[in-house]
Amino acid sequence: MNQTAAKRLSSPSGYVAEVIGVTHFYKKVHALDGVSVQLHAGKMVGLIGPDGVGKSTLLGLLSGARKLQTGTVNVLNGSMASARHRHEICSRIAYLPQGLGKNLYQELSVQENLDFFGKLFGQSAAERRARIERLATATGLEPFLDRPAGQLSGGMKQKLGLCCALIHDPDFLILDEPTTGVDPLSRRQFWELIDSIRSERPTMSVLVSTAYMDEAERFEWLIAMDAGRILATGSPSELKSITKTESLERAYVALLPEEKRGHKGELTIPPRTKNESEPAIVAKNLTRRFGNFTAVDHVSFQIDRGEIFGFLGSNGCGKTTTMKMLTGLLPLSEGQAWLWGQPVDASDMATRFRVGFMSQAFSLYGELTVEQNLTLHARLYHIPRALAKERINELVARFGLTPYLDSRASSLPLGLRQRLSLAVAIIHKPEMLILDEPTSGVDPVARDEFWELLIDLSRNQSVTIFISTHFMNEAMRCDRISLMHAGKVLICDTPQRIIEIKHARTLEDAFISAIEDAQEHSPEGVGQTRAGGTSTTLHENSYSHESANRGSSLQRMLAYSYRETMEVMRDSVRLTFAFGGSLILLMIIAYGLSSDVENLSYAVLDQDQSPASRAYLQEFSSSRYFTEKQELYSKDDLENRLATRGITMAIEIPPNFGRDLLRHGKPQVSAWIDGAETARAATIEGYVEGAHAKFLQRLAEEQGVAPSSLATFEVRNRYNPTSESIYAMGPTVPTTLLLLFPAILMAVSVAKEKEIGTITNFYVTPTSRMEFLLGKQLPYIGIAMVNFVVLNLVVVFVLQVPLKGSVAALTLGALLYVTATTGYGLLVSNLTSSQVSAVLLAAVLSMMPTIQFSGMMQPVSTLEGVARVMGSLWPAAYYLHLSVGAFTKGLGARELMPDLIRLAAFSPVFWILCTLLLRKQED
Amino acid sequence: MGFLVYSFTFSIYQQATGGSETVNRASVAFVDEDRSTLSRRLRDALYPPYFKSPELIEADEIDEAMDASRFMFVIVVPPHFESDVRSGRSPEVQLNVDATAVRQAALGTGYIQAILSTEINRFMSRSDTVAVQPVTLVKRKAFNPNGTQSWLRAVSGLLDQLSMLTIILTGSAILREREHGTIEHLLVMPLNSFEIALSKVWANGLVILVVFVLSMRFIVEGAIGVPFAGSRMLLLTGTVIYLFAAAAIGILLATIARSMAQFGLLCMITIMPMMMLSGGMSPLESQPDWLQHITWFLPSRQFMSFSQSIIFRGAGFDNVWPEFTAMAGLGLAFFLTSLVLFRRSIRVSQ
Repeated sequence: MNQTAAKRLSSPSGYVAEVIGVTHFYKKVHALDGVSVQLHAGKMVGLIGPDGVGKSTLLGLLSGARKLQTGTVNVLNGSMASARHRHEICSRIAYLPQGLGKNLYQELSVQENLDFFGKLFGQSAAERRARIERLATATGLEPFLDRPAGQLSGGMKQKLGLCCALIHDPDFLILDEPTTGVDPLSRRQFWELIDSIRSERPTMSVLVSTAYMDEAERFEWLIAMDAGRILATGSPSELKSITKTESLERAYVALLPEEKRGHKGELTIPPRTKNESEPAIVAKNLTRRFGNFTAVDHVSFQIDRGEIFGFLGSNGCGKTTTMKMLTGLLPLSEGQAWLWGQPVDASDMATRFRVGFMSQAFSLYGELTVEQNLTLHARLYHIPRALAKERINELVARFGLTPYLDSRASSLPLGLRQRLSLAVAIIHKPEMLILDEPTSGVDPVARDEFWELLIDLSRNQSVTIFISTHFMNEAMRCDRISLMHAGKVLICDTPQRIIEIKHARTLEDAFISAIEDAQEHSPEGVGQTRAGGTSTTLHENSYSHESANRGSSLQRMLAYSYRETMEVMRDSVRLTFAFGGSLILLMIIAYGLSSDVENLSYAVLDQDQSPASRAYLQEFSSSRYFTEKQELYSKDDLENRLATRGITMAIEIPPNFGRDLLRHGKPQVSAWIDGAETARAATIEGYVEGAHAKFLQRLAEEQGVAPSSLATFEVRNRYNPTSESIYAMGPTVPTTLLLLFPAILMAVSVAKEKEIGTITNFYVTPTSRMEFLLGKQLPYIGIAMVNFVVLNLVVVFVLQVPLKGSVAALTLGALLYVTATTGYGLLVSNLTSSQVSAVLLAAVLSMMPTIQFSGMMQPVSTLEGVARVMGSLWPAAYYLHLSVGAFTKGLGARELMPDLIRLAAFSPVFWILCTLLLRKQED
Repeated sequence: MGFLVYSFTFSIYQQATGGSETVNRASVAFVDEDRSTLSRRLRDALYPPYFKSPELIEADEIDEAMDASRFMFVIVVPPHFESDVRSGRSPEVQLNVDATAVRQAALGTGYIQAILSTEINRFMSRSDTVAVQPVTLVKRKAFNPNGTQSWLRAVSGLLDQLSMLTIILTGSAILREREHGTIEHLLVMPLNSFEIALSKVWANGLVILVVFVLSMRFIVEGAIGVPFAGSRMLLLTGTVIYLFAAAAIGILLATIARSMAQFGLLCMITIMPMMMLSGGMSPLESQPDWLQHITWFLPSRQFMSFSQSIIFRGAGFDNVWPEFTAMAGLGLAFFLTSLVLFRRSIRVSQ
């Protein structure tokens, strides 16, 4: 019955998807190489292979998130190369990208995340509520609906991701490594959940990728991949029988081309000779708290010298934290730890020479070559040059790195990088190695080779190895393991003993039963244990995918706006930046950049000391611009005082000034101005001339002579009679700020989606470009308008610049302006996909034209040529004009109309450009 | 690296020579109600580069034209101007100024008055003797006799690039190490966190210092032609101290920020005030007193102050040691603060 239903729904061919001759490149890297495969509808298909073989690329192409390069991909009876077909069927596909909760919004709660996805598929409020309740109950997320997604455990994040994917009842569910880094119990629950959903919706096709071969057993049909090619397809039993192997992991290795298979079969571990000396690590009641959260809770264990000790547990269970405490990276909240009998002490350099450390993210310098990486670390450990060279040669030979000596670390394949990391970690011959998940994502062959090296170190050189891992088969190779869950060590013994104690078949089963035992006693477990039993029906009413596509465009747009607002509100740095940044800058510019120079220090060199000279100097000492300093006594003194910045201006009165003046001898007064600072010098020059002119005028009046000028000038300083720079700053500074900040925030917000990966939601949901752009823009227009009000209130009330013209026109102008500036931010965001470069690009690209062409430095009327054209194509020029007009010129709405009309023209242009540039798929 | 070269060459050159605060191609209009030889002479007296060739408009156009910012200056020559001048009635020329662009307006007003007076004097000197001023004033600008703006701008441009690059590079180096986990790797090695932070400062600082020296030599002194009055070694010493202080700020920001994006935003609101309040963009004297006390804590202000002294005024160590000490002290304070936060942040980051 299931089969017939599947046939009816999918296609005449009975396939949910067909891939024909697909090749995909990332720059020069061949991700997919002529892949052809057909997926039967209504089946659960697994895609297996380690990291970097092209699994994610294939899934991305099938989901429509990634742009097809060459070949054909047909999904649900249509080509994924056609944008119309993608739009039609995207509400029938659900895609869960790789990485824990990568398509989730970490700042939003579980409920808000689900709600957002519901809105994207055009569901009504009532329908969303019902669906969220059903899904949350079924997955056991119900008690955590209000918790931010970022604070969920790995397993719960994956469940939430699944709920978000299922909210619109897809026909084709695509899951990219949904269980990587999740603990075994959550993993098992996750698969049970999928099974129950499939039993309710037998027509649904599921495609899952995984790096865990043991997991692949539960899939109906498998595709094994390596290096962008398909190795084999078939059911798990078929694959095993073809290769005559017992496990899928062995089968996978056997399917690999000969040269990749490695040289031997089973890895054998020689038994450890018991070492009677003092233990290498002793931990007693180790505890670490981060705020209210206890990451490691009274953990105790003991590791002997030369032992391989495994640490097993899910992501976030406290493995890494424990390792960090032992290495002195983190102080202990409670408890004690000893290394070779010495208490752990972060400042003790001696023990650091005895420990080697290799972390999750292989800490290599990607820009350096293999040899440079090794040399650098040898130097860091103070290994003498000659010795270091010898040691490097030895390691390179033993680890098979010789052919890669001059390759950059970042260009190496994962397996080689991992070996290099190990070489780096043991360059100083440590007695103990601490390895934090060294084998994540590495293919089975490389893993085996890596373990050979570890075994050699342990057995032949008695190096103590403390390793954490996800892989059960690796755990089986350890001398002893300790199972960790939620900060506690559940059990610690040899792998075989643990299986015996728990009466389990495999170590995984033993682990699950240990977690279940532990959860019976903890309150958190209540929600989790219920997850398995999904008696609740997920799908009550039939649901039309067509309506999902139609769904109100406005609703989707507002969904984006609402979500964006929530996110900004919960990010303290962005929030401060959004509201406080422009205000701070306004104050700084207004107070710090004023060009009104006052209290200039000056001194006089009066070589006359007559009443006339004193009268002349009087004009300076009475001016509010000048502050007199101690009198000068010689020309040398004058030069010296100027050079040491004791004064900025000096007046030199020649001897016999008074006498010459009376005899019409035309005496000459010199003013020495510190010209280093040109702008200030120009201003001082003006002041000096003013004082000089005053003296002349007074002299003329005293002598009863009419002013000698032929014509006089009546200067009318329009709009700013007192000519104070604050009146110029007041209206201009907000112009810059209302461009800079909204543009940066906008660009960052789009770049953030790209960087984190949530942009995928835009790719695979029926969101149109315009809905996405406008939806994201709206909150920032709002923020910018709040800023507009605050900035202008400050200008009017704090800086006391009166707003003489039309307030309504100014506000309308600001609205049009910030719509344009946020639009510009959107445009800039198309140029980058990282948040940092978004900040810098937006800053540079919005400041440069504003300062040069908008009339800040020079009035637009004085610009010529290209600069004039730029000036007239830049929104800041019009808003500046409008703002100055409304503030200082006191213009009304009618006079400001031309500016308003021009400002209004910018946004549509930016929108059109953005829509053209924004990709609806990943390249 | 390309960006580094760009910022220390073209960017500085452009900043120094491009755009100006002086009067440059100011738009002028004349309302000539006299239409005499003299009024025409006045009109022809204003020409580029200071002014655009004046346009002739009617009296009733003034308000509208100025509201629309078509002209910065509108000069009104009254009727019978020439005859009034000849008869010594000292007629009045009206000069309407758009004072919303304060500095250009003030300077331009001065220029126009001076140019027009000279022109009138010259016109009259053929027929009449010109009254001579009883006292003349000679203005001498020390250190930059022609008031060449690009000199100071070059130095302040250099400072901007120094601060921006040092802060961003040092900060992002630290953040990158932290994001990639390499920092923890370093921490388990026989190094203490002081050495790690210092090595970051050192590595970035050295590159920037080399570029600084080259830029100073070939761009600032070479292409822009700034005369160097003081000791180059002294300037270099000061720059090293400044780089230390700026790098310390970078580290501080990097320890406060939790992600690269936050770091970017923090940089924006730190570097911009640093640049604007350094004294390179507007004179320190024009800052209110309370602000001057605050800006003392900006290493950029100290840098601007001592570099001006050394480059233009030829000051020696005895003149600039207060700035050197202040910068070193500030740098040390930032550095120690970030060291404390740095350790703490590593502990908190799980």
